Amino acid sequence: MKEMHSDTGVSILEMRDIWKVYPNGVIANANVDIQVRKGEIHALLGENGAGKTTLMKILFGFEHPSSGKILYDGKEVAIASPHKAIAMGIGMVHQHFMLVPSLTVAENVLLGMEPKKGLSVGMAKAFEIVRQAGNQYGLSVPVEKKIEDISVGMRQRVEIIKTLVRGANLIILDEPTAVLTPQETVELFKALRILVDRGKTVIFITHKLNEVKQIADRITVLRKGHVVGTAEVKDMTQVEMSRMMVGRDVEMVIEKKPAVVGPELLCVKKLHYVREDKVAVLNGVSFSVRAGEILGIAGVEGNGQTELVQIITGLLSPSKGDIAVNEKVMRRLNPKTARKSGMSHIPSDRMVRGVALESTVEENVISDRYFKKPFSAYGIQSPRKITRFTKGLIDQFDIRVDSSKRSVKMLSGGNIQKVVVAREFTAGAKIIIADQPTRGIDVGASDFIRRQLVEERDQGVGVLLISADLTELLEVSDRILVLYRGEVVAHFDEVEGLTEETLGEYMLGIKRMSEDDLKGYSQETATDKEGMER
Amino acid sequence: MSDTLLGIFSWDFIGSVIRVTTPILLAAMGALVANLAGSPNIALEGTMLMSAFIGVIVSGFTQNLWLALFAGVLSGITMSLVLAFFALKMKTDIILAAIALNIFSTGGTIFFLSTLTGDKGSSASVNSLVFPNIDLPLIKDIPVLGEILSGHHIITYVAIVLIFVMQYVLYHTPLGLRIRAVGENPDAAESVGISVNKTRLIALIISGTLTSLGGLFLSMGYVSWFARDMTAGRGFIALAAQALGGVSAFGVALGALLFGFAEALSYSLQFLKVPYEFTQSLPFIITIAVLAFYAYIRLPQNVKRRGAQSGETRNGRLFQRVWEYFSRRAGIRKGVDS
Repeated sequence: MKEMHSDTGVSILEMRDIWKVYPNGVIANANVDIQVRKGEIHALLGENGAGKTTLMKILFGFEHPSSGKILYDGKEVAIASPHKAIAMGIGMVHQHFMLVPSLTVAENVLLGMEPKKGLSVGMAKAFEIVRQAGNQYGLSVPVEKKIEDISVGMRQRVEIIKTLVRGANLIILDEPTAVLTPQETVELFKALRILVDRGKTVIFITHKLNEVKQIADRITVLRKGHVVGTAEVKDMTQVEMSRMMVGRDVEMVIEKKPAVVGPELLCVKKLHYVREDKVAVLNGVSFSVRAGEILGIAGVEGNGQTELVQIITGLLSPSKGDIAVNEKVMRRLNPKTARKSGMSHIPSDRMVRGVALESTVEENVISDRYFKKPFSAYGIQSPRKITRFTKGLIDQFDIRVDSSKRSVKMLSGGNIQKVVVAREFTAGAKIIIADQPTRGIDVGASDFIRRQLVEERDQGVGVLLISADLTELLEVSDRILVLYRGEVVAHFDEVEGLTEETLGEYMLGIKRMSEDDLKGYSQETATDKEGMER
Repeated sequence: MSDTLLGIFSWDFIGSVIRVTTPILLAAMGALVANLAGSPNIALEGTMLMSAFIGVIVSGFTQNLWLALFAGVLSGITMSLVLAFFALKMKTDIILAAIALNIFSTGGTIFFLSTLTGDKGSSASVNSLVFPNIDLPLIKDIPVLGEILSGHHIITYVAIVLIFVMQYVLYHTPLGLRIRAVGENPDAAESVGISVNKTRLIALIISGTLTSLGGLFLSMGYVSWFARDMTAGRGFIALAAQALGGVSAFGVALGALLFGFAEALSYSLQFLKVPYEFTQSLPFIITIAVLAFYAYIRLPQNVKRRGAQSGETRNGRLFQRVWEYFSRRAGIRKGVDS
């Protein structure tokens, strides 16, 4: 499958001795050399903060190198802006899609280069252009639909087509699989193969080793801004790659003792939520989390997980249904009462809900307990005790920061998440709601957080884990539920032997367990439907 | 008494609604285009005031309508350019910059008025021209309809045509597509080589042009002089009309019409024995009431029914029941019943 193409060796891109030093002295790229061959899929592998994204931003003209040379198609070029990069034939699919939700697929693809009919946009022609471009590369898309109405996988296709109609020959994909299901990932990889077969070149940014093994021809590994090496993928094992990436052996498997399950701590009963636009996001979800177990929730993003977590943590009021903590139905659930009742919450968007970016590490770790002793007495803070406490956490959670008084925005993504985790795990909680706790952070930090979750569970804490990373779910959870369109469509009381593919089928709605199997999880009985209509 | 009541809802009244709606409509469309581009223009009030002033002064001193029109529109564009300079280029907060422009216009027009005419109150001493009223051929002979539709000010007709033009520009041309894209996701627009600042600049210029026509209407159509603060909050009411009308030019026109109605009503009520102060404040009371109502119906159901999830409510709460009754009748209830 990995046969080399005939024009192997001809490089489409060479970046030589690239340095990027920011005004504040941070060195993002140092002496980086990378060579990409025409017609290959080249993976750029590295932990978060390794400098992958910076390097690609330089290539795409978002940032300018402090020094170094870029050769494209054998000629030295200066890429002043994304516009210039596009004109040269470089396209980029960003991690956060650059799409306008209320516009149609065709409008998004052709934005800035709209076909005209008189003074108007020639819509029929636009549809045709986009349809053709898609078909040519096996990427069919619903051209007349609005972006907000199509799936994430579709949106990604739209992004790829966007680069193609602009004449891209070199396509950069920034962690493209982070938002996809296993099935969608397979589709994407097929499409990438077609692109390469038609003479395009792909740079694939990732930190997932199994994907590299599956799709890439060659890899360049970055660590702390330096190139560790470039190699043929077929010559390397995953363990070797991870060693290059992290610089140490990461133990890939978490040893877990059998769960010692205690009483029910969190009980969600027939939860319904109808969004402002009348879309029913949750349709009678029920489950419970017991002490000493980790309940994993799988599902493609946007199938009600966000709302579920927000309701449980008191950020959102459900349309119907109850939340019981310690067998007590919470009548006035808000973040404060939720915390008081022994819940802690690792939010999925750490920059928005997890930390206050401008505040210091100290301020962030005490933000839920600043009013309690010993941090505060008679309404006055005790700075020395706060500092001592924070330093303890920095050691315990291995947060890489030079001072507890550093503002959180100076930290890398993984370390910011560790600040959140440090606070939430030391709050003395009985229940931990962990929403995407390791999203977008590097292998080392992810591994650390997963181990902490398992440790908490062994201490008798009940953990609810929501994750898009199926490997993580399967590795950490004791039980797994699958959420699809706001309903529980499957539950597995035994994780042993369960595969990502099986979960994926339920996540995509291809399969669904029978009503009998779902008893106690999904409650779509006649009385409830009546209740909805009232 | 009943005669006057009848007078309020006469054909004349409809004509008067159309008349007072005109400046609000123009400014509201100015608000729309700027908002869609993601660069809200709250300097509408100052822009209207400035072009109302410049129009009268230029027409008074040159006795040339075309020059007055040109100068008036140019002053509106200039206001937009200043706003764009501070907000887009110098990256100041666009709201603060607009507030500064509004304050500048209030003081600036009075200052120049007194410098040029020696009068700080109005330009009564300047002999300004006015833009003409237009009788529509054929239509003016139709009974009733002719009375309502014909004989309006030329800017009123221009404004009506502009509703359709703006709808077309915003939703059917490449420029409109780019304006909407820039407003909704500037990064997406930037990533395909659309200049966000350039697009916003264009939107602000269109906004200033439309708004300046509204200003010119006030001083050279509605009346034939400039008076200090003669916009009297219309620029802000236009913002409300836009918020109410949503993202289509037709919706915005309806929003403007509602506020025009309120204003016309306040004039008519002056003939009744309703206190002057009350009729004067009526348009603003309606503005607040309508916006509050509108915001309320857009609230998600579960915020409206705070606490309902624990099953304790649904009894008592008079207001809520009244609300549910009316909303069910009006068919605008949002939430679980879909």
